[in-house]
Amino acid sequence: MSMLIKTIFIGICLLHSLTSLAENDYQKLGKKADHLSQQAQWNLTILPNGDNLPKGSGTAAQGAKIFALKCAGCHGPEGIGASAEPLVGEVGSLASDYPEKTVNSYWPNATTVFDYIRRAMPINKPFSLTNDEIYALCAYIFNKDDIFLNNVELNEETLPKVTMPNHSGFVAIYPSQN
Amino acid sequence: MTDSATINRRQFLKKASLGGVLAGAVSLPVWASQTTAEFPDTLPEWMRKPGDAFKNYGQPSAYEQRVIRWISANPDAPGNGVSWTPLHDLQGTITPNGLHYERHHNGVPQIDPAQHILLIDGLVKQALSFDINSLLRYPMVSRTCFIECGGNSNSGWKKNPIQSKAGYAHGLVSNAEWTGVPVKLLLEEAGIKSSAKWVIAEGADAAALNISIPLEKLLDDAILALYQNGERLRPENGYPLRLVLPGWEGILNVKWLRQLRLVEQPAMTRDETSQYTELQADGSARQFTFVMDVKSLITSPSLGMALPDNPGIYQVSGLAWSGRGKITRVEISADGGQTWVDAQLHNPVLDRAFTRFSLPWHWQGEYAVLQSRATDETGAIQPSRSALIEQRGNHSFFHYNAIISWEITESGDINHVYAD
Repeated sequence: MSMLIKTIFIGICLLHSLTSLAENDYQKLGKKADHLSQQAQWNLTILPNGDNLPKGSGTAAQGAKIFALKCAGCHGPEGIGASAEPLVGEVGSLASDYPEKTVNSYWPNATTVFDYIRRAMPINKPFSLTNDEIYALCAYIFNKDDIFLNNVELNEETLPKVTMPNHSGFVAIYPSQN
Repeated sequence: MTDSATINRRQFLKKASLGGVLAGAVSLPVWASQTTAEFPDTLPEWMRKPGDAFKNYGQPSAYEQRVIRWISANPDAPGNGVSWTPLHDLQGTITPNGLHYERHHNGVPQIDPAQHILLIDGLVKQALSFDINSLLRYPMVSRTCFIECGGNSNSGWKKNPIQSKAGYAHGLVSNAEWTGVPVKLLLEEAGIKSSAKWVIAEGADAAALNISIPLEKLLDDAILALYQNGERLRPENGYPLRLVLPGWEGILNVKWLRQLRLVEQPAMTRDETSQYTELQADGSARQFTFVMDVKSLITSPSLGMALPDNPGIYQVSGLAWSGRGKITRVEISADGGQTWVDAQLHNPVLDRAFTRFSLPWHWQGEYAVLQSRATDETGAIQPSRSALIEQRGNHSFFHYNAIISWEITESGDINHVYAD
């Protein structure tokens, strides 16, 4: 091999090794996952407009029975708190010297109550309640402070329409004052 | 300058005098004048027999077993609660992995990484899933930063000062080197639709914790962390995968991350409405208060310690941090905030990370109130307690960053007080 050819060969090798070590290069390893996005277990978050709410229904009267059985141990028989936080009462207390942040006095969106019960309650057995049971429990909690009527059925259509007492009580700090 | 200011400034030693204190400590070793037969009596036993065998994973000394996280959990749900980092027992700036603070909403899941995926979907051009082995092949970045629970120091809002050790009142904050994949890389791989403004992050714990995060932050400096101080994440810190959002409140740094869903509006989840919002005196509540503001804490001397020598020289030492950038200044007062002296900042001073500060203090046995006051590079100064309460009211509960005061009694005991 002549000197010239050798030099060219080494040059090509160098060039190749440099390009194969280029910065900011990586293999894109994400797998197409549209099928997962359709499945219920990847659609747990319920939006304030009701998106992702499952079909189902329940009333406050039904909820009272479920509450006594599955919730009262921590939340107290009337939902006013035991080892867990109080859920009901104290509506209108937020500007007082002794404010109480209950679901009914503080939470701005009814949809959040369904979302949270389903993913986290009961704390010893999350994801164990049926959709009907969760609607009934929401109706029971809301009914305690007359946010929702006793005999009316709460379901995927009516839940997003429930207006919580503190719906307008929040001031977004991000992004304006962040 | 007032008389008290002059006296106070004299109490703090200048750095230059430190060398003199350390010199002259050399003496002859004991063995130099003794015979072999006397060794068993004069050498400690650990020099006279072989030490322990190797361990596959090291543990702290048996003599340091009191250095622990302090746990406060719900008796009906032992996995729902917090544990505080013992900041008063630590030095430097890196929190050991076994002592990083914890906030769990329903226990620590033991996740098999082979069965865990991250799904990125919603307002993207192509929904994508990533398994852990794939994520380990992406280019990684490392970032040393603090993570602080929004509820850290919340006893400060109470009427009377809590008598807990420094870390057990203010240690829902820790500082670690996090290593992982920039979230931006993965979001861009999925392709972000222009209507996407927020991202709902969800964890794979037994609370399936979900929270809305501005897309802007995830595209800025967010890390999908796989490693913590060089080793894979501890289960209690999100194994196998967590979000790290430098400077933003702990709850957003979602552990055991399973999904990022891009959406237009925040989901108003439980942990961005009923919790981690700050009730004000007029009954309205601040929401989406993401950045943790400038703060500092004297870790030594602090409650639970005592000053043994009177008079004596004590190294006042502590930590300062800000979610808005680097710490530029920490001042120390020994007279409850009437006069202040600049502390020395120890390198490295990193963006949104713990910065160690110190200053030698001559204590002459007088009553004193030790305080530290931090300033960050945006010019924000840690407020007095009264100024913070004036601004936020008494029921804010979250985001307490006021100056913390340690009272030194004439007998050298230390108490937590509200001094301003």
